[in-house]
Amino acid sequence: MSEEPILAVEGLTIDIPMAQGTLHAVRGIDFELNRGETLCIVGESGSGKSLTSLAVMGLLPKRLECAARKLAFRGTELQGLPASAMRQLRGNRMAMIFQEPMTSLNPAYTIGDQLAEALLLHRRVSKAEARARAVELLGKVGITAAGSRLSQYPHQLSGGLRQRVMIAMALMCEPELVIADEPTTALDVTIQAQILRLLVDLQREMNMAMILVTHDLGVVARVADKVAVMYAGEVVEQGTAKEIFGHPSHPYTQGLLRCIPVPGRTKPGEHLGSIPGIVPSLIGKVEGCAFRTRCDLAESACAKPVPIHRTQGGHAWRCIHSRTKKADTERMPA
Amino acid sequence: MSAAGSSPPVLELAGVTKTYRVKQGLFSKPKPLQAVGGVDLRIRKKDVLGLVGESGCGKSTLAKILLGLEAPTSGRVMVDGIEAAGQDRTLLARRIQPIFQDPYSSLNPRKSIEDIIALPLVVHKVGDSAGRAQAVSKMLDLVGLPQRVRRGYPNQLSGGQRQRVAIARALVMKPEIVICDEPTSALDVSVQSQILNLLGDLREELSLTYLFISHNLAVVEHLATRVAVMYLGRIVEEAPAADLFAEPRHPYTKALLASVLTPDPSMSVPDTHLGASYPNPIAPPGGCHFHPRCAAVRDICKTVPPPHVSSAEGHVDCHLYAERTQAA
Repeated sequence: MSEEPILAVEGLTIDIPMAQGTLHAVRGIDFELNRGETLCIVGESGSGKSLTSLAVMGLLPKRLECAARKLAFRGTELQGLPASAMRQLRGNRMAMIFQEPMTSLNPAYTIGDQLAEALLLHRRVSKAEARARAVELLGKVGITAAGSRLSQYPHQLSGGLRQRVMIAMALMCEPELVIADEPTTALDVTIQAQILRLLVDLQREMNMAMILVTHDLGVVARVADKVAVMYAGEVVEQGTAKEIFGHPSHPYTQGLLRCIPVPGRTKPGEHLGSIPGIVPSLIGKVEGCAFRTRCDLAESACAKPVPIHRTQGGHAWRCIHSRTKKADTERMPA
Repeated sequence: MSAAGSSPPVLELAGVTKTYRVKQGLFSKPKPLQAVGGVDLRIRKKDVLGLVGESGCGKSTLAKILLGLEAPTSGRVMVDGIEAAGQDRTLLARRIQPIFQDPYSSLNPRKSIEDIIALPLVVHKVGDSAGRAQAVSKMLDLVGLPQRVRRGYPNQLSGGQRQRVAIARALVMKPEIVICDEPTSALDVSVQSQILNLLGDLREELSLTYLFISHNLAVVEHLATRVAVMYLGRIVEEAPAADLFAEPRHPYTKALLASVLTPDPSMSVPDTHLGASYPNPIAPPGGCHFHPRCAAVRDICKTVPPPHVSSAEGHVDCHLYAERTQAA
């Protein structure tokens, strides 16, 4: 751990100015990512997980206000970095894989052109070399007859193949950090498993750091080294996958885990757990624990600033309860 | 699962096929695409039949045929033993209602919630306006929505609330069969569980029969009493849910179940061995359609279509099981 982290984020906030006031979409989040690690950011829609990944890539729309005490990629502070320097990093040393490959691939250019673009932009290579690298990577992501695919257009490929092309494109310059935002949500279960398997294998092989943004707890459990659970713009719980699934400590994490049917653990037909209520509005001042309106352990103290509990292993959660009584007794089967 | 053969099926499909003609180029002749290829299916009262398969396998076409939105090319659809083809479509629509995947696009944004829920009553000319208003109130209670939303519009509701409106609209005609096409996949995890609980409760309360189409196998295992697995227009395996999940028989079912990601951090991402991609439905592979992706493929699978192997509780279309039954 003496090595400098690939990515260090401290106190990241993202505000969206709206007619009714400022929407505090991300409210002070911290995380660190080392070489070869996979961090899964999990949360429901509107929790700020996608904005966080866009902020790291410097891709937030201009009207959003983003600030952080620290937002460093390998020790280089990204805030205030000139646009040209950011472009040097993006697509080169850090790359992004988006959810919908059909909207993020350009329909008017061939796969080959789009794959070669990143390399031609960032490296001094000839077109022939860039094409060779494109073929190599298409092979790596499991596309057969890669050479003949180069002249095809995105619409000629299936969803699974397009997502493979997106992954190949992100990896063209061997980035140190890859951010994948719901990379398998639009795909069939069988293809989802294949694509995830591929991402995990490539990440190990290239020793990359990866941030995987998802709402699917099954994906998180299988892929993550570290997990950050986001709710209403905050990381409410953070820890290793084993800790998060074995000893969920924030009432929201516990609630989420009770909501999903788990073969062998939930009885068919029986009621699943649920989290009553809705996410509070984040417009204007947000105080105390944002989850208290839906939490059955809420007390008056929850309206005040909430402490963060940390264990020695780095498991941390933001709650007035040091470890909620429900946690271990309810989750773990005897 | 209980009393397997006792009650007659409320919904029965016999040899249903649907062939579309698709144009591939400006001057080429349209080619036939068999979206549904000979489906036999029986759904008994209060059953929840989970229909699973990859996109393009014909699940939604089958749902459209059941809803009367598409006419089958051949085969028969029977509701309570009466053939649907000769009947007035509105009579069928009273008994079979849909719930769609995306509550953001399935509700008319310009109509109030009250109008949306009451529309089926208006279409079918049921009751007067006072009676309809009363029916709407009842429906709102039934699906757990507060009465105050009735004058609101869809954009004022959350995703979960919209899906409740869609359920209320489907149930206002008191149907017997509800076709749920991916009813929770557009929803957040915490909302999804609420809708699943609601669907389970309503089935008990109103003795509903569901055809539950989903790609989320954990959800299907939770809710379904029977499961049909579809591949390239055919149902390759059908069995009671408990049996199918405990002991999948068709190699495709096995691969599907293997790709389910249960939230278990001690396991990694499975390798499904489904190497080749989904076949082109215009030029389906010969023999067993699944053979190019099958882990247990044999020579016979490449040329001879698989036999229909029935058992007491279901069927599987696969060469692997034909020989065993013959030997036994």
